[in-house]
Amino acid sequence: MSKKIVVPFGPQHPVLPEPIHLDLVLEDETVVDVVPSIGYIHRGLETLVAKREFTEYVYIAERTCGICSFIHGMTYCQGVEQIMDLEVPARAHYLRTIWSEYSRLHSHLLWLGLFADAMGFENLFMNSWRLREFVLDVLEETTGGRVIQGSCKVGGVRRDISNEKLSAMAADLKGFETELVDLSEVFLHDDSLKSRLVGVGTLSRTDAYDLGAAGPAARGSGVAIDLRKTGYAAYRELRFEPATESAGDCYARCAVRIRELFSSIDLIRQAVEKIPEGEIEVKVKGTPDGEYFSRSEQPRGELVHYLKGNGTKHLVRSRIRTPTLTNVPPLVKMLQGCELADVPVIVLSIDPCIGCMER
Amino acid sequence: MTYLKRSPWIIHYDASSCNGCDIEVLACLTPMYDVERFGIVNTGNPKHADIFVVTGSINEQNREVVKNIYEQMPDPKVVVAVGICAASGGVFRECYNVTGGIDKIIPVDVYVPGCAARPESIIDGIVKSLSILEEKRTKMNTPAAKKDALGGGIQ
Repeated sequence: MSKKIVVPFGPQHPVLPEPIHLDLVLEDETVVDVVPSIGYIHRGLETLVAKREFTEYVYIAERTCGICSFIHGMTYCQGVEQIMDLEVPARAHYLRTIWSEYSRLHSHLLWLGLFADAMGFENLFMNSWRLREFVLDVLEETTGGRVIQGSCKVGGVRRDISNEKLSAMAADLKGFETELVDLSEVFLHDDSLKSRLVGVGTLSRTDAYDLGAAGPAARGSGVAIDLRKTGYAAYRELRFEPATESAGDCYARCAVRIRELFSSIDLIRQAVEKIPEGEIEVKVKGTPDGEYFSRSEQPRGELVHYLKGNGTKHLVRSRIRTPTLTNVPPLVKMLQGCELADVPVIVLSIDPCIGCMER
Repeated sequence: MTYLKRSPWIIHYDASSCNGCDIEVLACLTPMYDVERFGIVNTGNPKHADIFVVTGSINEQNREVVKNIYEQMPDPKVVVAVGICAASGGVFRECYNVTGGIDKIIPVDVYVPGCAARPESIIDGIVKSLSILEEKRTKMNTPAAKKDALGGGIQ
């Protein structure tokens, strides 16, 4: 047996847009073990609940992560609304759903680009991000912000989208979808990409379940968990099936995300068709007293905001558990036995969002 | 931009940002904004870089990492602090693990405001930093500075 050596990966590394540190234990070129260490982005924003009123904390909740910011804000608001028994108008639920799905589109396209970049396919990275700008333009037009939207509030949403604009958005998706088909063709059928992805970083169904994989990392291994099926916001009135693949390798995780892109487009169309007229917010009276686990499906998997109030303007406790954190143990499993050169691709395949993970 | 005679390379590090500014920094490189047409390249190696683009407000754990990257960069170098967190700590300034501003750790030449900073303002900030870089280069090349750099003793 050859000698074991340890190679540090990160925190500052060309393929990582964000810092995470992995100690890779190698035997020749094979990774035998991985020791992750985190904390490079920890801010401690959960403690800010003591300094911000519960209605203001939405801004902080949104800034947990700049990629799925809208979904963080929405999950926090849903939690407070449940504690306070607020009945959010149906139109607000639909608008939240539409913005969530646009966030998912932009997040998945961002990931496809970074993933292509990790494989050394720069042209594909550029093309994915070019397509992503279309989604960001819609978000900016309707909310005012490109990556931090700030359009969700406790009791509803901050601004409405006119019905004409909604129809125009649905119509614009047509051209976007055509371009997306071309892009996914490359990701799913290109030989050189397949040789980098098929059979790399395999995670079995049992391991995915036992180690607590979330989102596309779990669905790529055949575990059909999708929190949208619990029917929060307007999802209970929309038809969709969680995308699953059974192989559990990097290719499967990529395929899951590509199918989710198309399912998001479909969900937006359905929501635009069904959106009811009416108010977009209810007046918030009183203060939250009680606790609630608010769960939602982020682009990366299950997001949990635990909130506890004691009847004052400030919540007592907020605890955020994000999908990337639960995906780290499965990542360690995926990396064991892989080759050193495949490490960037496998790390990217769980779509690590360190900003979320460390809060 | 008459002073863009060279091809400046940037290195980007996320020092406890929420990701919002980071993805906007990356968006600058992609076809919509495309700073590569000016020869601006994102590199992962501090020794190749001229411009240090930092996002986020520095916490206890990445303080040394930021210092390390800065010290490894060859002179002349400029630092661009992107986003309000990098300037002052922003919404996180009261968090227990936040130092509050890059300038507490390393000298900053350009501050780009915004939460998240827009790609247009990031590009503007980088363009501003280019003239500062040029000034620093000129200063470095004066005979007095050269003498200093060599320890003053060599003819």
